[in-house]
Amino acid sequence: MRECLKYFPQTFLNPVKLLFIMGENLFNKVWNLHAVRKLDSGQTQLFIGLHLIHEVTSPQAFQMLRERNLKVLYPKRTFATVDHIVPTEDQQRPFQDKLAEEMMKALEKNCKEFGVQLFGLDTEYQGIVHVIGPELGLTQPGMTIACGDSHTSTHGAFGAIAFGIGTSQVRDVLATQTMALDKLKVRKIDVDGTLHKGVYSKDIILKIIAQLGVNGGLGHAYEYGGKAIQALNMEERMSICNMSIEGGARCGYINPDQTTFDYIKGRKYAPKDFGKAVDFWKSIASDSDAEYDGEVSLDGSEIEPMVTWGINPGQAIGISEKMPKLSELPSHEKGTAQRAYEHMSFKEGQPIKGTKINVAFVGSCTNSRITDLREAARFVKGKSVAKGVKAIVVPGSKQVAIQAQKEGLDKIFSDAGFEWRGAGCSMCLAMNPDKLQGREICASSSNRNFIGRQGSATGRTLLMSPAMVAAAAVNGEVVDIR
Amino acid sequence: MKRDKITGTGIPIQGNDIDTDRIIPARFMKCVTFEGLGEYAFYDERFDEKKKTKKHPMNDDKFKGGSILIVNKNFGCGSSREHAPQSLQKYGIKALVGESFAEIFAGNCTVMGIPTVTAPHDAIENLMMVVEEQPDTEIVVDLNQKKVVYSDFCIDIDVPDSFRHSLVKGTWDSTSELLKNKKEVEKTATRLSNIY
Repeated sequence: MRECLKYFPQTFLNPVKLLFIMGENLFNKVWNLHAVRKLDSGQTQLFIGLHLIHEVTSPQAFQMLRERNLKVLYPKRTFATVDHIVPTEDQQRPFQDKLAEEMMKALEKNCKEFGVQLFGLDTEYQGIVHVIGPELGLTQPGMTIACGDSHTSTHGAFGAIAFGIGTSQVRDVLATQTMALDKLKVRKIDVDGTLHKGVYSKDIILKIIAQLGVNGGLGHAYEYGGKAIQALNMEERMSICNMSIEGGARCGYINPDQTTFDYIKGRKYAPKDFGKAVDFWKSIASDSDAEYDGEVSLDGSEIEPMVTWGINPGQAIGISEKMPKLSELPSHEKGTAQRAYEHMSFKEGQPIKGTKINVAFVGSCTNSRITDLREAARFVKGKSVAKGVKAIVVPGSKQVAIQAQKEGLDKIFSDAGFEWRGAGCSMCLAMNPDKLQGREICASSSNRNFIGRQGSATGRTLLMSPAMVAAAAVNGEVVDIR
Repeated sequence: MKRDKITGTGIPIQGNDIDTDRIIPARFMKCVTFEGLGEYAFYDERFDEKKKTKKHPMNDDKFKGGSILIVNKNFGCGSSREHAPQSLQKYGIKALVGESFAEIFAGNCTVMGIPTVTAPHDAIENLMMVVEEQPDTEIVVDLNQKKVVYSDFCIDIDVPDSFRHSLVKGTWDSTSELLKNKKEVEKTATRLSNIY
């Protein structure tokens, strides 16, 4: 707290807190630093340091600007890429899908007309928006970040406050570089202990959501801390913050530390005066005596590989556990569980281990980074994809693909029978040609197992870590990788 | 335009955790405008793969013309896609009454001028039951009084103060509000550019 004072204008200092010299958490520090003013509605007008856009949620926002004769206020604070609709097999333009081509063209036209930097397919930096932001060094601690995509929470891994927003708010950020927001409460989630081998950050977040519920985070930001979190690398931290929204928390973050600084150093948009930046980044981390609106703790050593059995990410169990009996569930969970059993055609009390799969998907903004691919490759090397299973690897960005190819990971995957694809969101939400067919069951490293999510209204999704997906692909069924 | 009092008939959609992929499947987001999204609201819940009508309240003639959606818990969870509330609005929905709403969804609705108000489980169950039995029941969502009135009933509702303020005052179009103080924004931008 003391050190960061120099960055704060006097008007934002809370005299009561100052009097008692209580610590602040990162969320409040970053919020106060970016607060422009209080609006009549009681909301805060919050300045957005970094705005990321993509082809799906931005065209209507640009159109609204045109209709109102508005410009992009700070075009240098917005960066664009294309990810949701890009085909991952044949990326030649024009795309075969006319609607996808129309969206791509609209993004190109909008970026050109309004002066926004676009990392398109013709650059080596194209990829999933939540992969390229960190990769380019755009995502930094202490920032406010917004993007028309709920998984914007990913960027919180750097100690940024990152909000997923709708298209009208994309318009707000483009036109004013600010948004109207109610302040969130902050819940601290400590994960102590050491993770067992074969247990990943994906398992931590699935465990947290299973425990706190898919709407447990409503009105909150989650601050993840504790020994098990501190031990994670940046990419693992991103997987955790990415799925905060699946727990109902609009954002999630991890305090920046040396791991964070080391990751950013040397990247394309890393600060030139790195020393000064690090001083600032250290100053915005939560103080040791910071206050929270609630605290929860978990023991990391008790977490086992997690797999979802239902139709939301909270319906997850450990690999050695059995699916819950309806009679044992609290009344408010019964309806969704019943719907889940109907959709999945699973039976109460059935084990998740041994569930046969048809498709394996390694990819998405949750788990498509280089360390994810390395872990997945370890379980594939020298083995073959099980007969009848379609397995695909979709790297999160061109940079991830290039690095993986340098390390020969692409060859490990293709030798085993995986399809090695181009970068994009792909089968996470199936806005491109990668879709489940009919009742197929997919072992997926993505973030949502909602009904119809992977492109077939009757398709079924089992969420798990990329290593678990890889192992499921070679075994043809869900296995315990430990 | 004020959105302080909405009157209409209801459509009950039962179930907790109805996500935005169910409200509008991603394949219908391949578009550069929101026009025409109304016909895709709850598409996969309303039609099977052969486009044959399935049993769903939005396919039920008795709820035809309904403009108030009545839902349970955590409605609109998942994606930030504004396509979800846009498709509901274009279908004809003017207000939502439920047990709880996902945050981004509720925020999206508000900046579009659609109130999302909440009431306890029992009250929602009663409202759903009345609408099932008497689909032509007039429902009044009154943000001034913080009440929903229907038939012989009157239930207290909750709505975040900021949402209520902007809907009641007619200032829900956030861009115009945010543009009002450009100087302060510039000052903040300058201050921050010295930091990052």
